[in-house]
Amino acid sequence: MSGSTVTRAHLSEAVYREVGLSRNESSELVDAVLMEIADHLASGETVKISSFGSFQVREKGGRIGRNPKTGEEVPIEPRRVLVFRASHVLKDEINQGLLGRPART
Amino acid sequence: MIKSELIAKLAEENPHLHQRDVERIVSTIFDEITGALAKGERVELRGFGAFSVKRRPARVGRNPRTGESVQVDEKFVPFFKTGKELRERLNDS
Repeated sequence: MSGSTVTRAHLSEAVYREVGLSRNESSELVDAVLMEIADHLASGETVKISSFGSFQVREKGGRIGRNPKTGEEVPIEPRRVLVFRASHVLKDEINQGLLGRPART
Repeated sequence: MIKSELIAKLAEENPHLHQRDVERIVSTIFDEITGALAKGERVELRGFGAFSVKRRPARVGRNPRTGESVQVDEKFVPFFKTGKELRERLNDS
């Protein structure tokens, strides 16, 4: 999608506006929120934010991959990946915003 | 961990803040992300990950049970890509 990109700085600015802490502290708290979520995910725990979505850690088994350019086989080690599942509220907000209606089906 | 536990933990780590301020901080963050995505904007949080919106064009789908075709309208779906630092943290334990 086109449009501008929202960053940590924008979130800090919103917290500064909404909550009335100093700019410095607002920025520290945005970092603290993300850090707290990241810590729990790193320990393998699911994080659920109601009306936003959930972040879940999945274990992926190892497999033989292939370098698409050279065709060479490369082993892919077992690893953990993060999946985000958006809540219906978030999906509806997005479709309401971009289409003017919730998505059907 | 759910949102209320996140709020409780942050309130505990920041005893100078009221619980209701911590609630507002957390809600503001997720409301801002939601609002940006609803305008088609991308949200990039370095070290954590990036949220974006992808368009799914209209298509003719099929009811797998009856085989009947159904018109599926265009829609937008949110997408999250894990940041490099977080991806590495998930795997270095």
